[in-house]
Amino acid sequence: MWKKRVLALIILLIGAGLVFFVFKSEPKLNKNFATASSFFKNHPFRLGLDLSGGSHLIYKADISQVPAGQVSDSMNALRDVIERRVNLFGVSEPVVQVQNGGFISGSTDEKLIVDLPGVTDVEKATEMIGQTPLLEFKTEAPAGTPQQATVDKNGKITLNANLGPQFVSTELTGRYLKKATLEFDQNTREPKVGLQFDATGTKLFDQITKDNVGKIVAIYLDGAPISTPVVREEITGGTAEISGSFTPTEAKQLVGRLNSGALPVPITLLSRQTIGAILGSNAVHAGVKASIIGFLIIALFLILWYRLPGLIAVLALSIYVSIILALFKLIPVTLSAAGMAGFIISIGIAVDANVLIFERVKEELRSGRTISDAVAAGFSRAWFSIRDSNISSIITAIILFSFGTSLIKGFALTLGMGVLVSMLSAITITRIFLYTIEFVGEGKVARFLFSSGLSK
Amino acid sequence: MFVIKNKKIFISISVALVILAIISMFIFKINKRLGIDFTGGALTEVAYKDARPAQADLNASLQTLGLGSILLQPAGDNDYIVKSRDLSETEHAQLLKTLSLEGKNALTETNFNSIGPSIGQELKFKALLLIILISLGIILFIAFAFRKVSKPISSWKYGIIVVLTLLHDVAIPVGIFTILSHFYGVEVDALFVVAVLTILGLSVSDTIVIFDRIRENLKNQAHVGKINFPETVGKSLEQSYVRSICTSLTVILVLLSLFFFGPVSTKYFALMLTAGMFFGTYSSIFLASPLLVWVEEIQAKNKENKKSKK
Repeated sequence: MWKKRVLALIILLIGAGLVFFVFKSEPKLNKNFATASSFFKNHPFRLGLDLSGGSHLIYKADISQVPAGQVSDSMNALRDVIERRVNLFGVSEPVVQVQNGGFISGSTDEKLIVDLPGVTDVEKATEMIGQTPLLEFKTEAPAGTPQQATVDKNGKITLNANLGPQFVSTELTGRYLKKATLEFDQNTREPKVGLQFDATGTKLFDQITKDNVGKIVAIYLDGAPISTPVVREEITGGTAEISGSFTPTEAKQLVGRLNSGALPVPITLLSRQTIGAILGSNAVHAGVKASIIGFLIIALFLILWYRLPGLIAVLALSIYVSIILALFKLIPVTLSAAGMAGFIISIGIAVDANVLIFERVKEELRSGRTISDAVAAGFSRAWFSIRDSNISSIITAIILFSFGTSLIKGFALTLGMGVLVSMLSAITITRIFLYTIEFVGEGKVARFLFSSGLSK
Repeated sequence: MFVIKNKKIFISISVALVILAIISMFIFKINKRLGIDFTGGALTEVAYKDARPAQADLNASLQTLGLGSILLQPAGDNDYIVKSRDLSETEHAQLLKTLSLEGKNALTETNFNSIGPSIGQELKFKALLLIILISLGIILFIAFAFRKVSKPISSWKYGIIVVLTLLHDVAIPVGIFTILSHFYGVEVDALFVVAVLTILGLSVSDTIVIFDRIRENLKNQAHVGKINFPETVGKSLEQSYVRSICTSLTVILVLLSLFFFGPVSTKYFALMLTAGMFFGTYSSIFLASPLLVWVEEIQAKNKENKKSKK
């Protein structure tokens, strides 16, 4: 008897601990969140794009030029490049993932999915993701090449802005770049970009500088000259630097873009979704409200219909909710509106097991058993129908999770987790609590407390 | 048990409801109500800071963009929802510019979704695959769960009856949805598919609770010898209808709370599931068990006929 009471107490303490954790690790609920320990700080709820606002992009990768055996390697390389580019925006927790083609996914296309929480300027985002920085080195055109100039209506002559015909392309481009670094000029403190070429690049650069001593070698970025230094001597070390008039941020971004390299496979945008932050936070509020109201209605129903066991079921349900919320934080599960719906539905399903047990207990009581016998029989006999009735939901959740799209997956995961955890919480926790309150005895009051529905 | 006694009436009611649902699917053309999740296309939602421009004016200037047919729907007090074919970045920027009257009427874009046609095709295929896989999974599970119960009805017949009631449970909510979509413009989207599949999973569990009771009662009577099947089913129903209703009621309560207070995006999802739960419970009491007894009667008659022929 004492053993069971201690066990019940331990479960209560664990439940309370979980509630404490869920509260402490949520910025909106914990007033002292800024000073909380890093463990709490690292576990807020992870909200999906439809709740936090942001952009969801689906790209198709053109793998027609890739040999069959290397598809997954080049897709991973593509993911890494895109991930590096995305990280340059300073987005918190971007998600870049490869979706493999094949029969099950319903299409043979290899896809790349990019989630950017908080980014609502989708034009800018897609631009930065799709853009390969094109770095070119050009030399002065031979003398005599006609210069393009325009005369405006005031008679002022301006040379063509991008100096196009004045320079001719060389073989040296960003392809031969080993790495780019951010440097600062020792005298002027101006930011500049250091370039280190690979072996081929070093040879090319050596040749170019040798042939053009005293002339200009223009450095073009994305088709526009950013730096037009004059070569003083041959450079053999394979290093160069660009000292345009950069701001430190611009220089840093350029370094990042140059280092992230070119895309290994070309990509095209298939689908874009942007959700405004207001729409997202409205959905969160509505979801939380619906969960709380749903929980309260269930609690009221359980207590009114099942009385004392109902009250215990509410306690078990509260512990279930705290377990599942803590799991959402710890795993972590990305919650979307559909995922929240799955969680809310799981609250309703979680009490199913209790209902089955209590109805069975009531039946056993009617057949003349004592309360403790009836409780024991109720648990053992209800188990089979609890197991069978939950298995179908679990089958559905597993199939939805394995073959669904990300929206369907979110729902399947929360629903499936809910069904699994609730089976445990409803059976184990309720049983332990019910055994600890055997002290109510076998009197009339006790029998009333253990009956249900409209009976006296 | 009056449900068993009047089984033909209840079976007829269910059949009538399913026929009505199928008729409404044809009248209101559910296949024409596919959302951009399936067909591809773009949906742009904008909220104006001040009063929104007149719909006719915007329609006229939107036509000049050359983006094909564009549907402009007022929403809320100051919002518009724009439906069009899928848009490229420049087209999207153009659309926003036109909507804001070249920047004169400030707006914020609250939601933008552009889906290429290939993604839509893919979702169609996946939805179909999911429906087939889940139905198969459930049939196999039922056949397995009831493998030891083969007298007087073989276990695969339980499976078929469960599938029939499942079709009933899915058809009626889909019928209700088509009527809703006709009058309120709700579209068939990915969540609709999830709702249908979840109804499959949830409503079967309700039928199982009752069949499980029948299974147990049959086992207890095994030593008696001759089993009165209709009576056993009736008794099982009597014993289990309260719990069957209660388990569904708890789920329906949270679903209603989700419908009334939950996020806009899952409103019709919750409503469909509510209908699915309701008819799932209804069918496990008023359709599945009567069907079971009916099948047994037909079986018994056939046996007698065979005997008398001999």
